[in-house]
Amino acid sequence: MRRTIRSLAIAAVLGAAAAVPLGAAVLAAGEAATPATITIDNFTFNPKGLTVKTGTTITWSNKDDIPHGIASTNNAFKKSKALDTDDSFSFTLTAPGTYQYFCYLHPQMTGTIVVEADAGGGAGH
Amino acid sequence: MSEFDQRDGLSRRRVLECMTWAGTGVLWTVAGGVPHSLGLIDRAVAQEARGFTFLQISDSHVGFDKPANPNALGTLEEAVARINAMPTKPSFMIHTGDISHLSKAAEFDNADRIIGQARLDVHYVPGEHDFLDEERKLYGERYGRGTKGAGWYSFDANGVHFIGLVNVVDLKAGGLGNLGSDQLEWLEDDLKGRSASTPIVVFAHIPLWTVYPEWGWGTEDGARALEYLKKFGSVTVLNGHIHQVMQKVEGNVTFHTARSTAFPQPAPGTAPSPGPMKVADDELRALLGTASITFQPSKERLAIIDSPLQG
Repeated sequence: MRRTIRSLAIAAVLGAAAAVPLGAAVLAAGEAATPATITIDNFTFNPKGLTVKTGTTITWSNKDDIPHGIASTNNAFKKSKALDTDDSFSFTLTAPGTYQYFCYLHPQMTGTIVVEADAGGGAGH
Repeated sequence: MSEFDQRDGLSRRRVLECMTWAGTGVLWTVAGGVPHSLGLIDRAVAQEARGFTFLQISDSHVGFDKPANPNALGTLEEAVARINAMPTKPSFMIHTGDISHLSKAAEFDNADRIIGQARLDVHYVPGEHDFLDEERKLYGERYGRGTKGAGWYSFDANGVHFIGLVNVVDLKAGGLGNLGSDQLEWLEDDLKGRSASTPIVVFAHIPLWTVYPEWGWGTEDGARALEYLKKFGSVTVLNGHIHQVMQKVEGNVTFHTARSTAFPQPAPGTAPSPGPMKVADDELRALLGTASITFQPSKERLAIIDSPLQG
């Protein structure tokens, strides 16, 4: 599971990199947003609040010695499997909006991702 | 420890002192309707508890292998060996959850194999670590027979009414442990018509009382459950989850949390997070353990003995 998630994350990174040689105009149209990482450390999401462009792949990475699990507060995305130490979970947010999430093992852990529509308007929904 | 446990109205300071001894298991004695923790298992045994005794084991986290204890299965085995060495065999065991670390079949298998060596009936309630398999079915298949909902139930033994509750399911963002209205309705119904003189023992994974909400150590709707228990003269609430001994007495209700057999966690607010606490190798076993509880009909409370694996 871990390997699969990593390959997905790598694919997303490669996708973004591949877009670069095509020129700034393509990027401005929002072809591929830069992936973002949220680290889990000491029962805290870091950063706790994050603002990204539509289409950004978010990767949560667990650095604690205890498993955590990511769940959307209003079921806006499928919850992750339990993430053991150094496991990660990636999800691409394709619609603008505010996404609140928490750890389903330790619900006192919460975070928010704001997804903004692309300025170019090409990739937003 | 027993001296500590047998006193009412503990100051917060004494409770905090007590916490630092947290470790292995709690032996419970039901005396005159109120359970007493007898303190360390060895001391409990020395008291030759009269009456009926049961044992609490908690947070075995089989599968945990991080620096705080690379061999959680080994320390569980040590705890069971200590149980087997008790001169008076407890009537049964309760396990207050987090049997496994990641809800893997092999973890449950290993836990069952070791715990089974105590040759005691075990009454389980789940911890949040026991519901992590994708289909969330392994716990129910193994331990859920005859239970309601996510695994709650009650039974009677030696005149004491035991209630196993589940407060680790459907946790809400920003919240604490959660019983939910279905379970609370069942509880109200389960208690209806019972004589107020019936000693009650409630056990669940996350503390039913608010220990430290900043770390999620409490149960959102625990107060509702306690409301239903108000009329009873002797109520003992046994929990795990926080991997250390804490006790509080409030009116007729004694709250007690047991040590883990796997790894210690810090006292509330003394570390950046409640994660596994790494201590020196020669200190670990003083912080792990079980508890033994004895019920003596002539006394007013159950006697609880918390026993570390060592010390």
